[in-house]
Amino acid sequence: MEALKQELKGKIIEVLNLEDIAVEEINDNDALFGDGLGLDSIDALELIVLLDKDYGIKLTDPKAGKSIFQSVETMASYITENRTK
Amino acid sequence: MQTKNYISGHCVIENNSVMVNGVKQFELEHVPFSEFAKAAYKNFNMDYPKFFKMDNLSKLAFLASEIILGSKVKEGEDNNIALVFANKSSSLDTDVKYQGSIADKENYFPSPAVFVYTLPNICIGEISIRHKLQSENAFFVFEDFNAEFMTNYANGLLATNKADKVLCGWVEYYQENYKAILYMVEKQGDLNIIKK
Amino acid sequence: MEAKSRLAEVMAKNVYITDTNCITPLGFDVASNWEALLKGQSGIQRFEKLGMLKSFYASVVNSDEIDAAFAPISNENHFTKLEKMLILALAPIIGNYTITNKTAFIFSTTKGNIELLEDKNNTVEAAHLAVLAKKISSFFGFSTEPIVVSNACVSGVLAIAVAKRMIQAGAYDNAFVVAGDAVSEFVLSGFNSFQAMSEVPCKPYDEERNGVTLGEATAAVYLTAIGTEVRPGAVKVIGDGAVNDANHISGPSRTGEGLFRSIESAFTEAGMAKEKLDYISAHGTATLYNDEMEAVAFNRLGINKVSVNSLKGFYGHTLGASGLLETVIAIESTRNNQLIASKGFAKMGVSQPISVITKNEEKEINCFLKTASGFGGCNTAVLFEKVV
Repeated sequence: MEALKQELKGKIIEVLNLEDIAVEEINDNDALFGDGLGLDSIDALELIVLLDKDYGIKLTDPKAGKSIFQSVETMASYITENRTK
Repeated sequence: MQTKNYISGHCVIENNSVMVNGVKQFELEHVPFSEFAKAAYKNFNMDYPKFFKMDNLSKLAFLASEIILGSKVKEGEDNNIALVFANKSSSLDTDVKYQGSIADKENYFPSPAVFVYTLPNICIGEISIRHKLQSENAFFVFEDFNAEFMTNYANGLLATNKADKVLCGWVEYYQENYKAILYMVEKQGDLNIIKK
Repeated sequence: MEAKSRLAEVMAKNVYITDTNCITPLGFDVASNWEALLKGQSGIQRFEKLGMLKSFYASVVNSDEIDAAFAPISNENHFTKLEKMLILALAPIIGNYTITNKTAFIFSTTKGNIELLEDKNNTVEAAHLAVLAKKISSFFGFSTEPIVVSNACVSGVLAIAVAKRMIQAGAYDNAFVVAGDAVSEFVLSGFNSFQAMSEVPCKPYDEERNGVTLGEATAAVYLTAIGTEVRPGAVKVIGDGAVNDANHISGPSRTGEGLFRSIESAFTEAGMAKEKLDYISAHGTATLYNDEMEAVAFNRLGINKVSVNSLKGFYGHTLGASGLLETVIAIESTRNNQLIASKGFAKMGVSQPISVITKNEEKEINCFLKTASGFGGCNTAVLFEKVV
């Protein structure tokens, strides 16, 4: 789980082009959207692609993304339970 | 006396250099555009993290406009500055990238963050958002820079009071071949400001 | 004073649309399209497969029928389907007028021949919008440089505003405006990645709407400031505005600010009271946010009681063609004093009240508004008035 969280932080920075943010600066429970990392709706769609591409999880209901993408912590636990690759 | 409009400022970005009102203000040779763009962003002390999410066309248009608009936009006021851009390659640089993501059927993951930039006017949207410019905008495509058309269109916007100022010009980007020539057209009344 | 007289001079030049045409799955001229619309027919069909996409709805023109219609015009075989559709849209109206060195050729599109990128043997130049524009303008012998308007989904309406503005600025006497976009895997997969595609034919303004249905079409109009060319049935372009939301690159402003300002700008230019508006041909893509945003803007402007429809339920979203195609149909509504029911709409699904047309009905239309909104935060509104 720790390794997955580290991996996720790196991937989020990379795929969402968060140029000025380092892995160490993201806490497991930081809010990804809103006041936290300030991600927006296009980022959310890109995270859905990331889940599919790297973990074999297909999210068809964008509303489900809301709880999954709360933080790195919630993403990691969802991936652990549902990953197919 | 005829009503005349004036160019109150201009910025040219090409060959890894930035010229502002005819004076070279930044240069970084022998690096790809992405590196040059990042260095220029830092050199002009810009602070807008969204910049790094943009595609190359938007980065180019953003840099050139930011340099001109920095001193022209009044915070907290309704700035009626129209944005009228044109280029040759539309969004083809990003289109080719996006096409790559749907060409590989084994690894088929169309990216929404890439797809959204497959329209040339997105760069206008980025600049509008940056400065809260709720103003006239249009994006045109020509084989070469059509200065006469752009001038006529800009003058028309000023003459009909649809805009107080017009930031217009050429923003072309295709695979490391790029050129931005942006200039601000203002009405005669602003002549004194230019002299300062 | 000088500025004022210049303004008066520019405004004084009236610009009219005197001729229209369109190529859609419902027909290859305005008359057949109009007849199909009156019967409530839609061009939207279900498709089982395209590339990696399975089972989707789209409004697509039959290629064999295009080839058959194109055969009498030219036997050259280097034209893409979109190019043939553009030529077919222009051909019948172009013969009615003389093309001079003061005649503009304006082409509206978002993706043009983007499908040419699929074949690695093609050069990227082949997909250039200016190359496509030149091919069409050369075919008809235009001498002025083609003007391509590529401003996302407002392109088609904006192209009318651009034509009118350039004619009023004295740069041209008249203009042919042609618009077109094709359904491609490029665009379908993109809208799909945005989770913006409807699983059923789109339902603008409806409670159950959940996204767009894409479509393909071409349309053409002739604009002129030459008074002798104006006949009954023509419409005068009386005002326009194209203002950005400055809110988000893919989502519309919740307050509809850009659309609000675009419409205000059009009314101010026209010097017309909003009470005189008879009909709104809106954008109505059937995404949750777009339709809601339009309803908010119409309410803020106090034009929410005016009859409104979206033609996306008939044609799908034809992107850079939509604004021009929908203007062509709105002009036909005006000529026939006939409102067309907004297909796909059953129960009000926007939070602010608007007057969606639920059944075809006769109504005198003297003045109508065409609007569009799109990616990049763009909006455009154009006001038209009937010539009697």
